[in-house]
Amino acid sequence: MDNKRRKFLKMAGATVLAGIGAPAVVKLTSVPALASGSEQAAAGHGSGHGEEQRTGIRLGMVIDMRKFYGNEELLNQAIAACHAVHNVPEIPGRKSEIKWIWKTGFANAFVAQSQNLRSETVKNSQFPVLCNHCDNPSCVKVCPTKATFVNEKNGIVAMDYHRCIGCRFCMAACPFGARSFNWQDPRPFIKTYNPDFPSRMRGVVEKCNFCAERLALGLEPACVEACQGTGAMVFGDLNDPQSEVRKVLSEEFTIQRNAAAGTRPSVFYIV
Amino acid sequence: MYNKTMIITGLVIFVLMVTFPVWYNGLDAGPLPKPELPPGGEKECVASAAFMRDKHMQLLNEWRDDVLRNSDRVTVTVGGKEYRKGLQLACMECHSNKEKFCDSCHDYAAVTPTCWDCHLTPTEAASKKEAH
Repeated sequence: MDNKRRKFLKMAGATVLAGIGAPAVVKLTSVPALASGSEQAAAGHGSGHGEEQRTGIRLGMVIDMRKFYGNEELLNQAIAACHAVHNVPEIPGRKSEIKWIWKTGFANAFVAQSQNLRSETVKNSQFPVLCNHCDNPSCVKVCPTKATFVNEKNGIVAMDYHRCIGCRFCMAACPFGARSFNWQDPRPFIKTYNPDFPSRMRGVVEKCNFCAERLALGLEPACVEACQGTGAMVFGDLNDPQSEVRKVLSEEFTIQRNAAAGTRPSVFYIV
Repeated sequence: MYNKTMIITGLVIFVLMVTFPVWYNGLDAGPLPKPELPPGGEKECVASAAFMRDKHMQLLNEWRDDVLRNSDRVTVTVGGKEYRKGLQLACMECHSNKEKFCDSCHDYAAVTPTCWDCHLTPTEAASKKEAH
């Protein structure tokens, strides 16, 4: 009997020692793997600050506020053009409203910028804001059904309404408030229908699609087209050094909305 | 077997109830639906009638994924006329009456596809036409 107990205690002791020692052994043998892992983590962290960008076409926009100051009519035109093309309803009330492109004050548009001692023009003007079609979109990361995704061919942050389950994670994740939720059937609030585009239904989230359907036909986005001739909105490929947007970006000082959120917005503003 | 009468009577009542719709209608499935052919007189569809009858839902799903996911908006040409991929852009161009075309079979088969929650029927689209 005693012999058996002695044997058992010996085995148990050895097992406990092995258990305590195992992590140290694993650590020692897997040092190279750990090192490369931490390197990758550092690179990933760095990309959050704008160093690493997506390659290939990345559509973006420059909004020249100098053309919109004192000319709110132009902004209204752009909004009306977008909302007519995409069957966007006009629902009163801040909770239920649906917006693809809308206007807001400087303080709301550029929350990360100092609001201290701003010029009267900036303080009293309305800024056009829309989905930033971020290079590193937080809405896409949180979508549980992949209803919102980055279109690899043009960098547009697109929506597939067929897949949207209306969980609104994307609305919580978006640092720009660019998404709206359909709390009710939007159809009664749509003024005129564009027969070539669907409406949305109750229970889905919607937002600007950079006019993907118009680009396919060789047209510019509706808002850009509405501002044609003024140069107020310039649209193009941010990754093409020869494009018109890049020309504007290389010549002018531009800011992005809430760039500190790390999503790398593709819409730039000349303020 | 215990409770033979109870069990057999119960089974008979159950079978009768389950098959109620069949025998109540006199073993007749009712008049078959006759979906309206395109009012414009188009004869050719993007695929054969038999294929469309069986697989139009799969085709629509493929088109949806092509357009939304893969940016593949290559048009479909039928009898010299070009159609963009899409329910509103292609199908409804010819089959312009949803009630007499789509609904006739869907009602018969008791299926309620959700297409029309978002997609506009030609009638619906015409109800709020652009002013200009």
